[in-house]
Amino acid sequence: MKKLIATLLLGAAALTSVPASAALRVFACEPEWGALAKTLGGDDVGVYVATSALQDVHQIQPKPSLIAQWRQADLAVCTGAELEIGWLPALAEKGNNPKVAPGAPGYFEASRSVQMLEVPTRLDRSDGDVHPQGNPHIQTDPRNIAKVARALTDKLVEVDAAHADGYRARYDAFAKSWATAVQGWETRAAPLRGVAVVSAHKSWAYLYAWLGIREVAALESKPGIPPSGAHLQEVLDTLKTQPAKMVVYAAYQDRRPVEWMTGRAGIASAQLPFSPGGADGTDELTGLFDVTITRLLDALAGKSS
Amino acid sequence: MSTFRYARFGAALLASAPLAAHAAAEPPPTPAELQQLRDELRALKSDYEARLHALEERLEHAESSRQAVAEAAPAPAVATASAPSGAAFNPKISLILDGGYADYSRSHREPDVAGFLLGDETDPRPSGLSLGETELAVEANVDQSFHAWTTLSVAPEGGIGVEEAYINTLDLPDGFSVKFGRFFSDIGYQNHQHAHAWEFVDAPLVYRAMLGTQLGDDGVQLRWLAPTDTFFEVGTELLRGASFPAGGDGRNGIKAITGFAHLGGDAGLDGSWRLGLSHLRADANRRPTGDEDEPALTFDGKSDLTILDGVYKWAPNGNATVRNAVLQGEYFFRHEHGELVADPDGSADLSRYRGDQQGFYVQGVYQFMPRWRVGLRYDRLFADNDVANAVPDSALDRLADDGHDPQRWSLMTDFSNSEFSRFRLQLSRDVSRPNHIEDDQVFLQYILSLGPHPAHQF
Repeated sequence: MKKLIATLLLGAAALTSVPASAALRVFACEPEWGALAKTLGGDDVGVYVATSALQDVHQIQPKPSLIAQWRQADLAVCTGAELEIGWLPALAEKGNNPKVAPGAPGYFEASRSVQMLEVPTRLDRSDGDVHPQGNPHIQTDPRNIAKVARALTDKLVEVDAAHADGYRARYDAFAKSWATAVQGWETRAAPLRGVAVVSAHKSWAYLYAWLGIREVAALESKPGIPPSGAHLQEVLDTLKTQPAKMVVYAAYQDRRPVEWMTGRAGIASAQLPFSPGGADGTDELTGLFDVTITRLLDALAGKSS
Repeated sequence: MSTFRYARFGAALLASAPLAAHAAAEPPPTPAELQQLRDELRALKSDYEARLHALEERLEHAESSRQAVAEAAPAPAVATASAPSGAAFNPKISLILDGGYADYSRSHREPDVAGFLLGDETDPRPSGLSLGETELAVEANVDQSFHAWTTLSVAPEGGIGVEEAYINTLDLPDGFSVKFGRFFSDIGYQNHQHAHAWEFVDAPLVYRAMLGTQLGDDGVQLRWLAPTDTFFEVGTELLRGASFPAGGDGRNGIKAITGFAHLGGDAGLDGSWRLGLSHLRADANRRPTGDEDEPALTFDGKSDLTILDGVYKWAPNGNATVRNAVLQGEYFFRHEHGELVADPDGSADLSRYRGDQQGFYVQGVYQFMPRWRVGLRYDRLFADNDVANAVPDSALDRLADDGHDPQRWSLMTDFSNSEFSRFRLQLSRDVSRPNHIEDDQVFLQYILSLGPHPAHQF
């Protein structure tokens, strides 16, 4: 047995001697922060994206590949606001990396830079899987992306001062082009103002607040509780008195309740990418919002996605 | 009239006496003097009235302004309620409720496994309706360097047990971490999971027969995680040796030691896997087997257990919300040698014993739609024991009964109303007892968790 342990330790020591690359290793909890870190970091960072737009980020397994990446990270960029509470604590406990432990300088929470919406006034599990600090899906409003970009630039400069000039230059370029892009999206999305919609999950508070879209119902009776037949029927009844134009859902969400609703209510559906990679052409952050607005406008014109 | 009232009357007379004496000494006042007195009194009266009025006004003003403050107060009160306070530093506390129903086609007065000596706390759930263990878990960061975790389990009949109470380091460099206190060992795959996270109502037969359901002990663990893209970690645990298969008297020094290595990674977008190899060497010194109060035998010797484990998890695009599957299996090899004492109190009735035992389980659990899962498990044990003086119908005889291989099939389905509540039905056919007794078992189980969001482990 002792021989076995000794052999394993020796083998492990041989593995560690692999030279680490010079770039700052960024562990991005969600694809939007991965894309943002790549934009701001350029060649100065190597980015690992832990989850994809096709996964429900509430329910990620702290799987071995994530623990191995956490161990090697110099900076972790996550949403925070308890979005990752089901798996991040396990990564931090198993990942043995004090550099990115929550509270350390190498741990960055995007939600700290923005004004949170839907902060609950009471905390009770009978209300479903509520987030005490507010709705964590902040990336659906591009103005939040701009705020996070500024804070993330400061963080990159702090942990990797040697490349400070590069981070600042890329941020300036990004901030300028982003402001123009936001104006473009707002002009295109003007017809969406005041439009009533049904959401699959309460994922879109920030998008709706930005574009002036009205949410009349959600397919989930409570956040995180899969829609039951009885609740879908209730939503259908609500739509008789408060008609909505479309059902909005994310790429990772179950299509079946959405199809049930669009079929019976005779309305369109809009499948939004939610995060970079959730649809073709959304690997970059600009593509994410281009496609989001195109699909909303399509659904308004009766074309489902 | 009571004496008391006479006394009061007397006192009043005495008090008024000087006044009467004074009045008698003075000459009666003239009409002019009387008028002057009346004027003075009137002036006094009006003066006091003015003052009283002023006082009344001030009082009224004070009252109205206080009301205004009271009306304005609720807003700041709400604002301060959400501000950080001492309560925000409270540790995370969660409570796990477990219970259900069990039915066995055969009586469980002697729940033995042929060819194996069992530890204590390996009995199956009681038949009928029953409460399982209620678990209270408390965790928090102690400071920037330590994190602490405690799980207290309350037995249904009362009595609190410390299931886990450990401290782990947060800021050791170079991928090292140390854990100390009482904890579930990291050998095998299922061993570190709390019972409420198991996929079936009961532990696999290999765990029940060779680890007394689960190995938890007091000690220190050192673990090192490699800085590689493929997950690789190694660790060792130095333990008191108070838990089966160690145990017994003389727990001075280190009486159990483990070593483990884990390798893991992804298999495409849909899958992830982990393989493990671990070993336990345990030292037993007159360790009772079976019932703690009436031990059938005591064991003196060494037990070496090697475990090979593997798990593969699948979900389309890695999204486990709608559909997912978990396939896991573990193979146990054990070698034991030492002496058994059949009559600990009487004459030293020694039996030499050498045992080579093996066993495995494989199980698959499939979530076919949100909230609903089905699972199938197969358990098997093999024993090749060499027992001297195996007296018929004794515990020694049951240990020597290595001719038939205990096995079990289990089928389960469960429904999770949310991430915090789960209800399970399990059917098992158990052929693990001596004489090929077939036992058909039915279990209903509920597992509810109160408190913060549970952190899942792989």
